[in-house]
Amino acid sequence: MRELFPLLLQGTLVTIEIAACATLLAIVMAFVATAAKLAPWTPLRWLGNAYVEIFRGTSLLVQLFWFFFVLPLPPFRIEMTPFTVAIVGLGLHYGAYGSEILRGALRSVPGGQFEAALALNMSPLSRMRRIILPQAMINALPPATNLMIELLKGTSLVSLITLSDLTFRARQLDEATFKTTEIFVLTLVIYFVLAQILVALMRHFERRVSHGIIQRAVR
Amino acid sequence: MTVKTDLDIPTPPHADLSVEKPMKRDDPASVLVPQASTQDEPMVRFAGVTKRYGALTVLDALDLEIGRNEKVAIIGPSGSGKSTLLRVLMTLDPLTDGMIEVDGEPLTHMRKNGVLVPASLKHLRRVRSKIGMVFQSFNLFPHMTALANTIEAPMQVLGLSRKEATERARDLLSLVGLEDKCNHYPSQLSGGQQQRVAIARALAMRPKVMLFDEVTSALDPELCGEVLNVIRRLGSEHNLTMLMVTHQMGFAREFADRVCFFSQGKIIEQGPPQQFFSAPRHERTQQFLRAVKEAV
Amino acid sequence: MNSFFDLHYAEQILPALLRASMYTIFITLIGFAIALVLGLVLAVLRRSPIKPLARTVGFIVEFIRSTPLLIQVYVLFYVLPVYGITMSALTAGTVGIALHYACYTSEVYRAGLNGVARGQWEAACALSLSPWRTYSGVILPQAIRPVIPALGNYLVAMFKDTPVLSAITVVELMQQAKNIGSETFRYLEPITLAGIFFLLISVSFAHLVRRLEYSLRLP
Repeated sequence: MRELFPLLLQGTLVTIEIAACATLLAIVMAFVATAAKLAPWTPLRWLGNAYVEIFRGTSLLVQLFWFFFVLPLPPFRIEMTPFTVAIVGLGLHYGAYGSEILRGALRSVPGGQFEAALALNMSPLSRMRRIILPQAMINALPPATNLMIELLKGTSLVSLITLSDLTFRARQLDEATFKTTEIFVLTLVIYFVLAQILVALMRHFERRVSHGIIQRAVR
Repeated sequence: MTVKTDLDIPTPPHADLSVEKPMKRDDPASVLVPQASTQDEPMVRFAGVTKRYGALTVLDALDLEIGRNEKVAIIGPSGSGKSTLLRVLMTLDPLTDGMIEVDGEPLTHMRKNGVLVPASLKHLRRVRSKIGMVFQSFNLFPHMTALANTIEAPMQVLGLSRKEATERARDLLSLVGLEDKCNHYPSQLSGGQQQRVAIARALAMRPKVMLFDEVTSALDPELCGEVLNVIRRLGSEHNLTMLMVTHQMGFAREFADRVCFFSQGKIIEQGPPQQFFSAPRHERTQQFLRAVKEAV
Repeated sequence: MNSFFDLHYAEQILPALLRASMYTIFITLIGFAIALVLGLVLAVLRRSPIKPLARTVGFIVEFIRSTPLLIQVYVLFYVLPVYGITMSALTAGTVGIALHYACYTSEVYRAGLNGVARGQWEAACALSLSPWRTYSGVILPQAIRPVIPALGNYLVAMFKDTPVLSAITVVELMQQAKNIGSETFRYLEPITLAGIFFLLISVSFAHLVRRLEYSLRLP
């Protein structure tokens, strides 16, 4: 069992790296898409909607394969390293879901907040930045946590475009040593542990950020 | 308690600069004429204001003038358009027709080459800065302490430094009796306390007109008093034009300079509280007041 | 060879792709049927008064939900044969995806069951209804109706996850597209067509689910 660890650990680090970078891109795309969908300019709104529908409506693996196989060829001729493909594919895919979460979170902020900010003559930008977004972000944390776990699970697919993540290493080891059971059980456990760590981190973050807002029995 | 008149609003140069309350409330001559110290222009003027939601007319060609430093109470049955009146003044909802003027300037429109056109956002924000509003559901920012709530807009909109804004905020919070709750979050405050913070927050922007939209309706009866006391003190110690939608008849009777009865988008009757409550002229008013008395 | 999208070529490969898509649909339908039933069983077990049972089932569901489908499918296809359980790729894939999504549907059912008012359980008890009758006659009809849209969404999600099975050599749509591409080195048309297929089906199905949600809301 001991000789399995180093290679699996290497794979785990790659998985974490990919997940972290893809999460950042997904967050950016979520904001960009939501802003586009709310823009006063119709072509921009259409673009935002198209992005979300396409990337939510197709399979993650299809998207990864498309970036990996189709883009390098004519007529696109865009060469990307497998790592870049992974980040872009995962980031765009989960960014589309993220934008739906963000939209829901913005809608969950009570209308009275908009009105109070308007009554205080705050500019729309100030209002969004200081009042609405902070509250929306807090509401978005639970579904965002779930989405991040989905992203973590999604990273396993990059093994199919030759990236040496945890899943890839597991298959590699299996073909080399045939200790099939141990390898795959260990792999499952590692993913599970990663997911639990993620949830714990997000819960801690959630508690810190909403410490004043938590409804205590008030009188 | 020494009261600092934080709310000294710069009055136009040709006005009388006296600070104390100019007229007694039960002087009948003073009432129907807007209680302006020297200014003849009303503070707020609704001209033919109409608000429709589809087929439903909520405000019906309303004409109303509020004088400087006048305290007007607006009462009436639900759905009569009372809150909508405040909301269109605060520009929360757009008008269907008509015009509103504040402090001599058009609010919802602006003069461009001598013609009245719908106001630009910039113009709207400039004139709107003279109005402040307190809501029925308080609408405090839950992610900020009482102090942070009160300094937010002065810093963001008026550009005050944190030090200046905090000083102003502390003064206002102690005005409403909550100086020891500065660092509490809204979730840690009672309804009455939250509403008082909301009042301090609105006052921090130094408005000339304060709107109170059923500010005690969401409060337990025992908490109403503290809020009404703050409003009473505001009225007697500062130069503020106040427009209140309320169900508190006793308070309206004792505090307001004028009471307006609203029904179906129109003002049915208005007058000084003494005359209004003891000898209402219209049938509808009498009906309403009778029903209210029975409920008490 | 440098044209943008060769419609003629696309036309040529369409029959092969459609044949493969039959597998995709087959896997989705059978897999989801299993997931629907199994999910309900899991949800009921989690409410069992036998605490160790409830907790174990709870843990298993949580574990499967937090780990990638790909690894789970690998386990079924590569690990089980070590212990004498061999399955065809198609079977392993269908069972794997069904198990994975059963854990999602069990969460949906749980929410539905929790949404049924306490009083219903108490009334059934007062009427001395057997557990079977309680569930089938009283509880389930009320628990399932509100969650049908959520279940529908998971059907779409499962459909979009079928390409993962290509990793264990199931020749579903995505794998077929890749095969065609690798034979002719023109990946653009096959993968794009596969993508369009997924997009069309998932968008129209999502639309159906929304309409279903709307019509269910009326009473």
